[in-house]
Amino acid sequence: MSEKTITINNPSGLHARPAALLVKEASNFKSAIKLVKNGKEVDAKSLLGVMSLAAKQNDQITVRAEGEDAEAAVNHIAAFLEQLSEA
Amino acid sequence: MSQTLQGVGAAPGLKLGQAVWWRKEKPVAPSRTITDPKSEIEKLDQAIAQAKEQIEKLREIAAERMGEEEAAVFDAHFAFLDDPAFTGEMKNRIENQKKNAEAVCQDVTEEMGALMASLDDEYMKARADDIRDVGSRLLLILLGKQPFDPSLLTPGSVVIAEELTPSDTAQFPEGVAGMVTAKGSKTAHAAIMARTLGIPAVLGLGSKIEQIKDGDTIVVDGDKGTIQINPDQDVINRVRTQIEQQEKARALALKEAKAEAKTADGKRIQVFANIGSLSDIEIALKNHAEGVGLFRTEFLYLENDHWPTEEEQYQAYAKVLSSFGERPVVIRTLDIGGDKELPYAKLPKEENPFLGHRAIRFCLANPDLFKTQLRALLRASVHGNLWIMFPMIENCSEIRQAKALLNECREELISEGVQVADKIPVGIMVEIPAAAIAADLLAKEVDFMSIGTNDLTQYTLAADRGNEQVAHLYDAAHPAVLRLVKMTCDAAAKANILVGMCGELAGDPSMTELLIGLGLAELSMSASTIPEVKQQVRSTDTAEAKKLAEQAILLEDGDQVRNLAKKG
Repeated sequence: MSEKTITINNPSGLHARPAALLVKEASNFKSAIKLVKNGKEVDAKSLLGVMSLAAKQNDQITVRAEGEDAEAAVNHIAAFLEQLSEA
Repeated sequence: MSQTLQGVGAAPGLKLGQAVWWRKEKPVAPSRTITDPKSEIEKLDQAIAQAKEQIEKLREIAAERMGEEEAAVFDAHFAFLDDPAFTGEMKNRIENQKKNAEAVCQDVTEEMGALMASLDDEYMKARADDIRDVGSRLLLILLGKQPFDPSLLTPGSVVIAEELTPSDTAQFPEGVAGMVTAKGSKTAHAAIMARTLGIPAVLGLGSKIEQIKDGDTIVVDGDKGTIQINPDQDVINRVRTQIEQQEKARALALKEAKAEAKTADGKRIQVFANIGSLSDIEIALKNHAEGVGLFRTEFLYLENDHWPTEEEQYQAYAKVLSSFGERPVVIRTLDIGGDKELPYAKLPKEENPFLGHRAIRFCLANPDLFKTQLRALLRASVHGNLWIMFPMIENCSEIRQAKALLNECREELISEGVQVADKIPVGIMVEIPAAAIAADLLAKEVDFMSIGTNDLTQYTLAADRGNEQVAHLYDAAHPAVLRLVKMTCDAAAKANILVGMCGELAGDPSMTELLIGLGLAELSMSASTIPEVKQQVRSTDTAEAKKLAEQAILLEDGDQVRNLAKKG
């Protein structure tokens, strides 16, 4: 298992459009990928799951993955979340 | 047997057609234990595939009728059907709980909907409706029932419904003859849509609507606000002749609509269109609008999941300005607050939003957001004949502040080497009674004024047009409202500036003569009524209109005014 915690910088948080992009990115990996916010865990490959996190600017998100490409997945998704800017 | 029902005439016109019920039933799923999860999951997969087909069809129709932006909501519906948290979870439960597909579909939809609705985020809350919509579509399919399919509507259909949302009316195919609902008033969104599409509508029939059966012959009279169910052949023939005559008159009006509108004695009255989105441009041009008297910019904000950028706004403004060429386009700056909510903005809830922090008040308090819009407007100004209008003005200081920001933006752009039109008329909406009463003071600060009768009426009469209990008190033809209109027109005449009207009253052909008599020089309305109003302008004599107006403001109520106007 691999994991990494990042902070959302995007002023409008993890909103509909970035959420959809994130699900697309996550779906490229074989590993099971989870996002965790305040103990709430959701499937990163589920748009509804990601949207229901309602992640805002300055929220801390932990990316966790399990599977053959877990490390690559965590690095990629964490970087994706960190670089989000006004989309 | 023939029967006549009285409702509220919400969009004018007379049509004859066949009733089609637009039912929105809430399906109920029986719960049972299953032994073969595999075949249950297969059943669910088939239902998902069918739901996708339906949604694809809906999306196509919506894109064709309303444009890509309106159709995008169906993309979300489509995506949910593949979502592990939604249909994926249903399959898990079939496997683990050994429950039937219908029951897990209902459970997951309810839970997911409740979860989204509980989030502290307006945008996500709105997604709850999407989830429930998709979930009930799926459940209906599983139960072997069909959700209402708008392609059942054919030319000549009269849509009968408990209530219609704008997204329902968006799916109307071409040629729908009329619209009849149990709930709703003249100012409901569905009513505005009906007027835009030129479909006669009778709303607010209440439980009487249940007497209508699918396939009944219905006469919809949007002017009188009545419908007739299965009338005698005599009546049908009479109505047919009437419709033919009206269509001929309408065709003639449309043919003559190309020409400028002048009264019988030669006074020029400008007849403009109100526009609320880019898809309205074409309807306005088709009806020969002489310009745009009110371009509402809210759609840019409401249809986005972020504050629209300067570039996004610029593109929209440039499009509308270039579409109208030399004809004036009055663009109103952001008017939110009140009933409108921005999902991404987190505006605090107010006890009394219509008397609260909205429109120009909000913009002046958020100068960065306001300047983004003003910069976009100024950049677009080179593409046509831009007029800028500020909403909800109540004192001179607000105008001066707004103009100062506008100037600041102009100087910034010029120093950046961006071209801006030299002369851009700046005006205000007169919609707060105080603005009408003190119009002489405000007139000194601006190039034009436009009376927004919808808000002016509700503020003057202290009646919420959306509240069925007091909706009958809401009447733009009330002499008190007309007196405020006259005060505004008199002040504009004294200051020698243009005065117009962009509320719904302006688009009522039976009121045209009266409005000209009150002193209005520009009328802006839903595009479909332009040809008829132009005809009314041509048959008006200004001296007589003035006499009519003087009589009208001395009457007791709106009904008396309307009767007088009809006799005119």
